[in-house]
Amino acid sequence: MPIALGRARNVLQYIVHSDKTYVCVMALHEAVPEERVREVCREFVGPIYQRPPLKASVERRLRVRRIYSIEVHEVVGRLVLMTVKCEAGTYIRKLCHDIGEVLGVGAHMAELRRIQTGPFTENENLVTMHELHEAVVAWKEHGDDSLLRRAVLPVEYVVKDVPKIYVRDSAVDAICHGAPLAAPGVLHLTDDITKDRRVAIMTLKGELVAIAKALMSSHEILEANKGIVAKPVRVIMRPGTYPKSWKSSRLEEKG
Amino acid sequence: MGMLIKAEEATDYRYGCPPDQRPIELHLDLGIVNLDKPPGPTSHEVTSWVKKLLGVEKAGHGGTLEPC
Repeated sequence: MPIALGRARNVLQYIVHSDKTYVCVMALHEAVPEERVREVCREFVGPIYQRPPLKASVERRLRVRRIYSIEVHEVVGRLVLMTVKCEAGTYIRKLCHDIGEVLGVGAHMAELRRIQTGPFTENENLVTMHELHEAVVAWKEHGDDSLLRRAVLPVEYVVKDVPKIYVRDSAVDAICHGAPLAAPGVLHLTDDITKDRRVAIMTLKGELVAIAKALMSSHEILEANKGIVAKPVRVIMRPGTYPKSWKSSRLEEKG
Repeated sequence: MGMLIKAEEATDYRYGCPPDQRPIELHLDLGIVNLDKPPGPTSHEVTSWVKKLLGVEKAGHGGTLEPC
């Protein structure tokens, strides 16, 4: 469960829409030969239809979701242990129900654990409350912040797989105030930016400035001499971290 | 994913700070905890504990499982 602290607190809503991986136990209502279970699960890989359940907070319209993979690990009696990698907003409970329908015997989801949300996986950097507590004690009582630095990831980790635009120092503060990014401010960019995609605006020091919506593709940005390339939707960096560009030219005049 | 270079310019080290060199208070204010959530308490309760423990005023979580 990723928890975002302080100024970083609003970034997670931008990864709610990322892919997820779950491990689940599906309970069939009658025993089915393992090969048949595997065969039907294979059929569910790809786009599927789902209508959100009654308890969901979203509109209950029929929608398409992608199942990227289903790996059946074990079938023991009526229990099926599987790993499902899928698009955000896929209801695993409904998936188990539908697999049961196709098998003809019915099924329900008995257990579920999410092991991956976008860049966050179970194996890397997972911290327990106990470990976090120990890290804080080491910091507060012994002045040792090393455990805490390992337990808490920098906000930049959230955007590690997100397309990026690296900007000049002089463009940073305006973006912190919500100003759109114009072509002249761009230094480097990843080649996977498409129009309307969420991108991360970064400084050359690797700091996350803001999450933005791209108005041009990577190649358009590369060719553009003017025009707005991206509009911030969530500013993370505190304004004033970098100086306003007019101020730096004033310093040059004095110097 | 490749990098495209549109222009080059140096960054001024008088401003800003590379993420791995942040003073601890700033590191926490721009931090993410990938918590192994204990079963039982809600995401909301756990987030509240973490806020108190780390002395941060605000925090957000990405949720654990879908409601059903």
